[in-house]
Amino acid sequence: MNLLIIPALPLLGSFILIVVGSRLPKRMIPLVGAGSVGLSALATLILGYRFISASLTSLNVIAWQWMDINGLSPAIAFHLDALSLVFIFVITFVGFLIHVYSAEFMVHDEGYARFFAYLNLFVCSMLTLVLADNLVLMYLGWEGVGLCSYLLIGFWYTEEKNGYAARKAFIVTRVGDILMAFGLFLLFQTFHTLNIQEIAGQATQQWTVGSHTAFVISLLLLGGAVGKSAQLPLQTWLPDAMAGPSPVSALIHAATMVTAGVYLIARMHVVFEFAPEVLMIVGIIGAATLVMAGFAALTQYDLKRVLAYSTISQIGYMFLALGVSAWSAAIFHFMIHAFFKALLFLAAGAVIEALHHEHDMFKMGGLKNKLPVVYWTFLVGAGSLAAFPLITGGFYSKDQILWLSLASEHGNIWFFLMALLGALITSIYTFRMLFLTFFGKENTPVSHVPGSSMNIPLIVLAVLSTVGGFIELPHTFGHLTVFSDFLNPILPSVTVQEDLENFEWLIQLVAALVALSGVGLAYFFYIYKPELSDELKSSAADLHSFWLSGWGFDKLYDRLLVRPFVYLSNINKKDIVDKFYDGLVMIAEWVNRMLSYTQSGILRWYLMGIVIGGIVLMALALL
Amino acid sequence: MEVSAEYGLLLASVLFILGMIGVLIRRNIIFMLVCVEIMLNAAGLAFIVAGSKWVQADGQVMFIFILTMAAAEVSVGLALILQIYHQLKTLDEDAASSMKG
Repeated sequence: MNLLIIPALPLLGSFILIVVGSRLPKRMIPLVGAGSVGLSALATLILGYRFISASLTSLNVIAWQWMDINGLSPAIAFHLDALSLVFIFVITFVGFLIHVYSAEFMVHDEGYARFFAYLNLFVCSMLTLVLADNLVLMYLGWEGVGLCSYLLIGFWYTEEKNGYAARKAFIVTRVGDILMAFGLFLLFQTFHTLNIQEIAGQATQQWTVGSHTAFVISLLLLGGAVGKSAQLPLQTWLPDAMAGPSPVSALIHAATMVTAGVYLIARMHVVFEFAPEVLMIVGIIGAATLVMAGFAALTQYDLKRVLAYSTISQIGYMFLALGVSAWSAAIFHFMIHAFFKALLFLAAGAVIEALHHEHDMFKMGGLKNKLPVVYWTFLVGAGSLAAFPLITGGFYSKDQILWLSLASEHGNIWFFLMALLGALITSIYTFRMLFLTFFGKENTPVSHVPGSSMNIPLIVLAVLSTVGGFIELPHTFGHLTVFSDFLNPILPSVTVQEDLENFEWLIQLVAALVALSGVGLAYFFYIYKPELSDELKSSAADLHSFWLSGWGFDKLYDRLLVRPFVYLSNINKKDIVDKFYDGLVMIAEWVNRMLSYTQSGILRWYLMGIVIGGIVLMALALL
Repeated sequence: MEVSAEYGLLLASVLFILGMIGVLIRRNIIFMLVCVEIMLNAAGLAFIVAGSKWVQADGQVMFIFILTMAAAEVSVGLALILQIYHQLKTLDEDAASSMKG
């Protein structure tokens, strides 16, 4: 089984849908769209099985030489190892489930074929990103997912605000992408190659820890990761990206694309290890983002915006884990997060569709009995997001990050306290969302109950987000390390501070209690005494609106960047540089006018011209 | 009788300048054509004078050429004049200025 087939199938599907999509009968469209990703998932499964049973460490396929210019010779080549296997597994499987869901969700949309074409193109780009064996090809995938994200956020382009959200996402991530491009230039200048394995090899030979070049390069790469993964200070695009259809939010803005930054750092971890200061910055960014986004999520009204801020916050956890060199913990949380957050977005999409596109949670309520499948799966997803102890996948992945943020040799007590605070807020806003949406009295009548094509992906994802957690159990009970052992050849395991080794159970107990108390608080404020939450809101109205606007970042950037830019471009409306070209045009026009005067049409003038010319020539010859 | 070359050339230049002035100041196209003929013949005279001075036949050969060319020119010119008159109902050359830039 060739590795190439995995990204090639969705590309083919996208190509078919772009070329003949509008002429295909309606039931063929999801067959091509979901089928190509399904086959790709099947290929991943077979390849993954062979990869593991033959206990390979890596698998390389070179399709063809892309270009060869003065030493820069990237190939269209794919590199499969444990890390990319985890990613392509999540991308193809979660992607397939979301395609199946979309087959029903989008069926009444006139852009049905266009939707699947974009979605397939996205899957192909994302697979290219994680399978690329050199950074140039990875950058191609990186930009490809950015393009698809833009196209899909603005999918309903007839509404102006969707187009605005799409442009915002594209431009803000571009800031990070430019930094990343500079990072690649510097890497090429240093090592004269952009092949990831060669870079890792040469870095270990040439650099020492704390090297200046390593610092600059990792900082630039971090810039790219921050932009794509919506971390501070480039997080503002993700909440607005919810303008796209719910399956898009599930696939691109929760499960896969936004975690590309996590992948980039994990993939380039050899480079980052030579710059411990940058790793510290990664951890600080993660910790700050997870708390910031958590508070913002607490105050949102829009169901999807809560999930968007929660995604930012959960990726903050992954960054925190990367920052303390707990590589496999970050990837583990990525996988579990992909399952439960895709589930939550899909369930939210089902709720929103059932209520005539009502996004406001305060106008929902009482859906527990009306939409039982959605309710139960949403409950499983919410439990996982809130890290409900022992029975959810999210508990095992987040608990590992909490423990390692303290106990890793790069960890410290502040990281741990921030992560713990984040965990408390997470479980409060998660269950606030659950209680407001599914409990209480019914505020909007249900118009549409999702069918099996939407329910089955929800159930599968609910199972995955529960079972997925049990492949990596902590030392204190079970001590199962399937996942980290699998990643060990690529991502070194974390060193735990010795004097803390015996306190792991205590940390877990605290984490479990925090998660449970968050659920309790949410119950108290939104079910038991709902009037208390209103009181709280009115007593701190300023803080509430500050958090509601996402800590005022949009306003800040508007003042700091957008307005000065608009002001300058207003001043320079008549471009100064154009003056020169305007002058050239004026001279040409003047010469033309002068010459056209001589063309008077009167024969004697012409003759006079000839005579004068002749006299002048003769005079010149005589002199 | 021998005429010195200087006088011959002087006559030729006077004729040429007269013809040229005629072309420049006349508005009637037929007169302009006649003046062009005068200029051509002035040039022919200059060739004859030069030929007799150096005792060479080339000057006379050139004159034959000029004569032939002048005949052709007159025939084409008269045809054009007829057309212009047909179009504009006048022989004023300034009236034929519709091709100004």
